[in-house]
Amino acid sequence: MRALRWHGKQDIRCDTVPDPKIEHPRDAIIKVTSCAICGSDLHLYDGFMPGMENGDIMGHETMGIVEEVGSDVSNLKKGDRVVIPFTIFCGECDQCRRGNFSVCERSNRNKSVADKVFGHTTAGLFGYTHLTGGYPGGQAEYLRVPFADKTHIKVPGGIPDETLLFLSDIFPTGWQAAVQCDIQRDDTVAIWGCGPVGQFAIRSALLLGAKQVIAIDRVPERLAMAEAGGATVIDFSKDSVVERLNELTRGKGPEKCIDCVGLEAHATATIDSMYDRAKQAVMLETDRPHVLREMMYVCRPAGTLSIPGVYGGLLDKVPFGMAMNKGLTFRMGQTHVNRWTDDLLRRIEQGQIDPSFVITHKVGLEEGPNMYKTFRDKLDGCIKVVLKP
Amino acid sequence: MSGPLQPRQARGLAQGLGWFSIGLGLVEVLAPHRVTRATGLEGHERLVASYGLREIATGIGLLTTRDPQPWLWGRVSGDVLDVGTLAAGLRPGNPERDRSGMALLAVLGVTALDLACALALRPSRKPPLPLSAYRRRSGLPRPPGAMRGAASDFVVPADFRTPDALRWPAPAGSR
Repeated sequence: MRALRWHGKQDIRCDTVPDPKIEHPRDAIIKVTSCAICGSDLHLYDGFMPGMENGDIMGHETMGIVEEVGSDVSNLKKGDRVVIPFTIFCGECDQCRRGNFSVCERSNRNKSVADKVFGHTTAGLFGYTHLTGGYPGGQAEYLRVPFADKTHIKVPGGIPDETLLFLSDIFPTGWQAAVQCDIQRDDTVAIWGCGPVGQFAIRSALLLGAKQVIAIDRVPERLAMAEAGGATVIDFSKDSVVERLNELTRGKGPEKCIDCVGLEAHATATIDSMYDRAKQAVMLETDRPHVLREMMYVCRPAGTLSIPGVYGGLLDKVPFGMAMNKGLTFRMGQTHVNRWTDDLLRRIEQGQIDPSFVITHKVGLEEGPNMYKTFRDKLDGCIKVVLKP
Repeated sequence: MSGPLQPRQARGLAQGLGWFSIGLGLVEVLAPHRVTRATGLEGHERLVASYGLREIATGIGLLTTRDPQPWLWGRVSGDVLDVGTLAAGLRPGNPERDRSGMALLAVLGVTALDLACALALRPSRKPPLPLSAYRRRSGLPRPPGAMRGAASDFVVPADFRTPDALRWPAPAGSR
């Protein structure tokens, strides 16, 4: 089959590789009908995430048709249409029973390494670092799904792939980001980053009833799409984020702040980001936490910071004393995808939202390598890329 | 398209300029005296040899990179240095002024090629759609104002709820 494979920093290739096979009775093989490039794939592309190996298959936003199931998978059969969540989970461990699927205790096949690096393991993830299992990803013609009896979202026919695909990650991720804020009707929610997750966080905050949603970015088309979703926008290349947020909140600051940027904050936009970039270059820091610093500063005391943006390792000059004294609550983590998807699928079916609004590029798998660069550099008006194997 | 060249043609030209750069660089490094004689810059052999090293490095960069654009701008910068050096040879008292002039014309021609190639490969930030098209992409069936709170039937799980004391507005009876 053909698959997009990581061969090093900024080196993704469309290669021919052996088809996946059932390796365990709880496995399934799916024929991929649609997959997408995620913002967190870019952290791998840019070499910021440790634990990648030459030849790893990329991709964790995938859907398709069940081709084959293992002997222990009784709730799926050949021909079923499924979206695959990016978090692999067993459904049986202590964490899964609590709904904390992204920290499943059993699905990371490199548990011993993760235990050493993170203290305790987190869930296995598709197409990601070997710290999370190094499972082959879904930017391919076929995908092996471990723990497939749990790790799937069965979806009905009659709804286009483009409307359902983002149940795999970015829609529930934006949703969980808003849910972590426990939004009240008087809340102002400020959202940094108007990429795909930011767009879904904006719409989720609106649907959950925030009084005001403010979106911060600098890319005109992303700001325009944020406005379409009901956000008041701040272009940080033109305006002071701190001043504008204070103006829009009568000097109080937003009660809830969401970081949809993560470790690759724009490297030249602010002095602290340039400082971070320099430290990254000499391997004294792994991440550029400008957004975290700004959220801590502007958030209303006793407010909540929700962090769906991905961080990879060690952060410097984070004003934790400020956060402590302001009594801020931090909520973060990879998304417990299946905890939200029954509800979100119902909302899609009822027409409350059509997630396909975010797609700007739809191309064949072989064009994937070029699309990584287009997406990373925000060229050609790119906000979300869907690949059709 | 961002210039007189299509990006595909420009990529081919960039490869050609890479080989040209290496060839010229080798001549400048191995036979600087011949170059200075041909260009009216006698006495500047070490400078020419150092330019040769620059040309070789740029050529290797152009032939090995996936993104030739920064290397092309590097060539353009190098061309500016070359033009400055050759222009100094046009001073009235220089007996080799004609040779310097001819060399300057040649360098200006190559500079034009480098510039055209770099511009053709300049990434386009222009969206394929007007901004108004993005402003229509709400994903919502009704205007955002009408959708505010449409998911208020959602019950936030207990482990995601903000403690009462931290809710806004403050609970009744608190100060």
